[in-house]
Amino acid sequence: MDTQAQYNDTVVRQFAIMTVVWGVVGMLAGVYIAAQLIWPALNFDLPYLTFSRLRPLHTNAVIFAFGGCALFATAYYVVQRTCHARLAFGKLASFTFWGWQLIIVLAAITLPLGITQGKEYAELEWPIDLMIAVVWVAFGVVFFGTIYKRRIKHIYVANWFYGAFIITVAILHIFNNLSIPVSLTKSYPIYSGVIDAMMQWWYGHNAVGFFLTAGFLGMMYYFVPKQAGRPVYSYRLSVVHFWSLIAVYMWAGPHHLHYTSLPDWAQTLGMVFSVVLLAPSWGGMINGIMTLSGAWHKLRNDPILKFMIVALSFYGMSTFEGPMMSIKTVNALSHYTDWTIGHVHSGALGWVAMMTIGSLYTLIPRLWNREGMYSTKLIDVHFWTSTIGVVLYAVSMWVSGITQGLMWRAVNDDGTLTYAFIESLKATYPYYGLRLLGGLIFFSGMLIMVYNVYMTVRDRKPEPVAVLEPAQ
Amino acid sequence: MPTFWHIYIAAGTILTIVWCGWLIAWSAKQGPQNKGDDELVGHVWDGDLAEWNKPMPKWWLYLFFITIFWGVGYLIAFPGLGGYQGMLGWSSSGQYDEEIEAAAARYEPIYAEFAAMEWDDLVRHPEAQQLGASLYASYCTTCHGSDARGAKGFPNLTDDAWIWGDSEQQIVTSILNGRNAVMPVLTPALGGDEGVANMVTYVRSLSGLVEADAAATAMQPMFVALCSACHGVEGNGNPLLGSPSLTDGVWLYGSSIEDVTATIVNGRNGIMPAHGELLGENRTKILAAYVRSLSLDGGSAGGMQ
Repeated sequence: MDTQAQYNDTVVRQFAIMTVVWGVVGMLAGVYIAAQLIWPALNFDLPYLTFSRLRPLHTNAVIFAFGGCALFATAYYVVQRTCHARLAFGKLASFTFWGWQLIIVLAAITLPLGITQGKEYAELEWPIDLMIAVVWVAFGVVFFGTIYKRRIKHIYVANWFYGAFIITVAILHIFNNLSIPVSLTKSYPIYSGVIDAMMQWWYGHNAVGFFLTAGFLGMMYYFVPKQAGRPVYSYRLSVVHFWSLIAVYMWAGPHHLHYTSLPDWAQTLGMVFSVVLLAPSWGGMINGIMTLSGAWHKLRNDPILKFMIVALSFYGMSTFEGPMMSIKTVNALSHYTDWTIGHVHSGALGWVAMMTIGSLYTLIPRLWNREGMYSTKLIDVHFWTSTIGVVLYAVSMWVSGITQGLMWRAVNDDGTLTYAFIESLKATYPYYGLRLLGGLIFFSGMLIMVYNVYMTVRDRKPEPVAVLEPAQ
Repeated sequence: MPTFWHIYIAAGTILTIVWCGWLIAWSAKQGPQNKGDDELVGHVWDGDLAEWNKPMPKWWLYLFFITIFWGVGYLIAFPGLGGYQGMLGWSSSGQYDEEIEAAAARYEPIYAEFAAMEWDDLVRHPEAQQLGASLYASYCTTCHGSDARGAKGFPNLTDDAWIWGDSEQQIVTSILNGRNAVMPVLTPALGGDEGVANMVTYVRSLSGLVEADAAATAMQPMFVALCSACHGVEGNGNPLLGSPSLTDGVWLYGSSIEDVTATIVNGRNGIMPAHGELLGENRTKILAAYVRSLSLDGGSAGGMQ
C-alpha cells in the first residue's frame, strides 16, 4: 500500500502522549507553587525553587507544553481527516515534534535558573524564541501544505480556527520578542516603557485569544460533533463568529493596562472591543452546545461528552467574565487581585484542559486502533475530579480576589485606609488553602488519566489507517 | 500624536465595527433559514461530519447589536478614536485630579484641626493616635514593620535611639523631606585589614560589647581623626548628620564583628524617602506625633492596633 494512501498518525500519537505527560508536569508545578503561597518555607531557600521562578515554569508548561502539544496533536489529526489527505511534509512534521519537545526541555532548564526576559508568557530568552519561531513556521507549512493537498473543496470550520491560530501566534510571538541580545542568556526588548507594555499585552491577550481560544475552538469543532454523532448546529453562525472573533480579539489587549500611563484612547479601545467580543465568543459556545442538543441522552453514559459540555460551559462563563472585568469600573476593583487568577483558571482548567481531556479520550483509542478507552468508569471519575477541582479553584479565587479588592479600597471616616496590605494578605489565607485543595483534586484526575491512557495503549500495535475517500 | 496615526487608529476602529455589522447583515441574507433537522449544508467530511445551517439565535444577534451600539456610543462620549477627545471631556488624569480634590475638601479640615494642636497634646491625643496609626500602616510598615521595630538597616521606632533627633521639627523633617545618612568606606584610611579589625574591636568596645585589647585601644587617636567628625569624640553620634551613637547599644546594621566590619569596609547608605508630596504638612505632623508616641510611656508602642 502506498504510504500517501495512509494517514500520518505517528506524529499525532507522539504529541498526544506528551500532552498527558506535560499536563501532569505543568499541573504538579502549579500545585507546588500554590502550596508555597501557604507555606513559603517550601522553597527551601533555594533560588531554583522560589515562586518567582517556578510560576513562569508552571504557566509555560501548562500553556505551551500541555496546551501546545494538544493543539499540535489535534491539528495534525483533524487537518488530515477533514482534508482526506495524508499530512504534508512528513519529515517536517516530525521535526516540529522533536523541536517542540526540545524547546519545552530548555524552558524547564532555563526558567528555574532565572534566565528570563521578564515578560509574562514570553519569558523564554532569545535563542529559545528563535527556535520557537522556526518550529512554528514549520507547523504552518505542514498544516497549510495539507490544506493545499485537500481532496474536498470546502475547508472544514475546525481548520479555519486552527489556521487563524497558527498564523496569528507566529506574528504575536515574533513581534513581541524582538530584542537585542547582549549574551547567550540575556537580551533587551527593542521597545521601551509604555510601548513595551502595550506590545506585551497585545501579545499576552492574543495568546489567550488565539492560542487558548481559537486553537481550542478548532478542537471543539471537530471532536464535539464527532463524539456527539451530530452535525454542527449552524454554518452561518460559524462564519459570523469566526470572522468577528478574529477581527475583534486583536484590539482587546490594552484592557490589561487600565489606569496606567497607557494613553486614554488606547485604554478605551481595549475596553470597547473587549465588550464587543462577548457575542463573537459566545457564538462558539452556542454552536457547540446546540450541536450536543438533541443528544442529551448520551450524556448519561458518555463521560467524554460530559467533559465537552462542561468545557463549553466554562468557556461561556469565562468569556462573559472577561468582557465584564475589562470594564474600567469593574477592573478598578478586580485588577491585581486573585480574581484575575480565578478568571484565568476557569478558562485554563475549565475550558482548555477539559476540552483537551475530552478530545484526547476520543482520540487516543482511535490512534491505537481500539473501540474505546481502557476504562469508561475511570473517565467518569476523572470528569468529577476535574469538575470539582476547577469549581473549588475558581470560587476560592473569586472570593479571595473580591475580598482583596474591597479591603484595598476601604477608607475610614478620616480618609485613611482601613486596612494595611498585610491584613488583606492574612484575609486570603483560608482561600489559598481551598485553592490548593481544588488544584490537588484536579491534579489527581490527571494521574487517573495517565493510568487509563497507559492501560489503553500498552501492548497495542497501532495500525496504519487508510485515507478515506471524500464523499461525493 | 501625528495626524497620520490619528487617522490610522480611527479608521481601523471604525472598519472593525463596520465589519461586525456587515457580517450580521450578510448572514441575514443567506437564503431561506432551514429549520428542519434533515436539511444539511451539503458538505460531508471524514465520513460523518456535516453541518446544519440553522438560524442564529435572535437573543445572540440582539446581544451582538447592543454591544456594538454601546461601543459606538462610548467612543463618541470618551477618547478612543485617534486624537478625538470625546464629548464628555473625560481623561484619566482629570478623573484623578477630581478625586484628589474631592478627598482634600472632605478630609483636609480634619487633618488641619489636629495639626493646629500643640505637639505635646497631639502626641497623647487618642483620636490623633488612631489616625496616625492608620497612616503608619499605609506608609511606613514596608520598611519599619507592622510593630514599628524596624529591621536591619531600618530603624526601630519604639526605642529611645533617635538617629535624626526626637523633637517635633526633627521628626517632621525626616518624614517630609526624607533623610540620607552616608557612612563612607574607610578601609584605605585604616591601612587595610589589620587596621579595620582593630577599629572594629575599638568601636564595639564603646558600648561594652567587648574588652578593648592594647591594639584596639591604640586606635583611639585614629578614631578621633577619622570618625569623630560625625560620631563625636566620645562616639555619641550627631543627630544633625544622622550619625548614630556608637555607645547606646543600638546597632542599625548589626553589632556582630562581621556586620561592623562590613559597615567600615563597604560603607552604608541609609535612605528614608521623602513623603511630603504624598502626605502634605498636616498629615505629616499627625504621623510624626504618632511615631514619637511609640517610645513614650503610655504611648501606642507596639505599632498597629
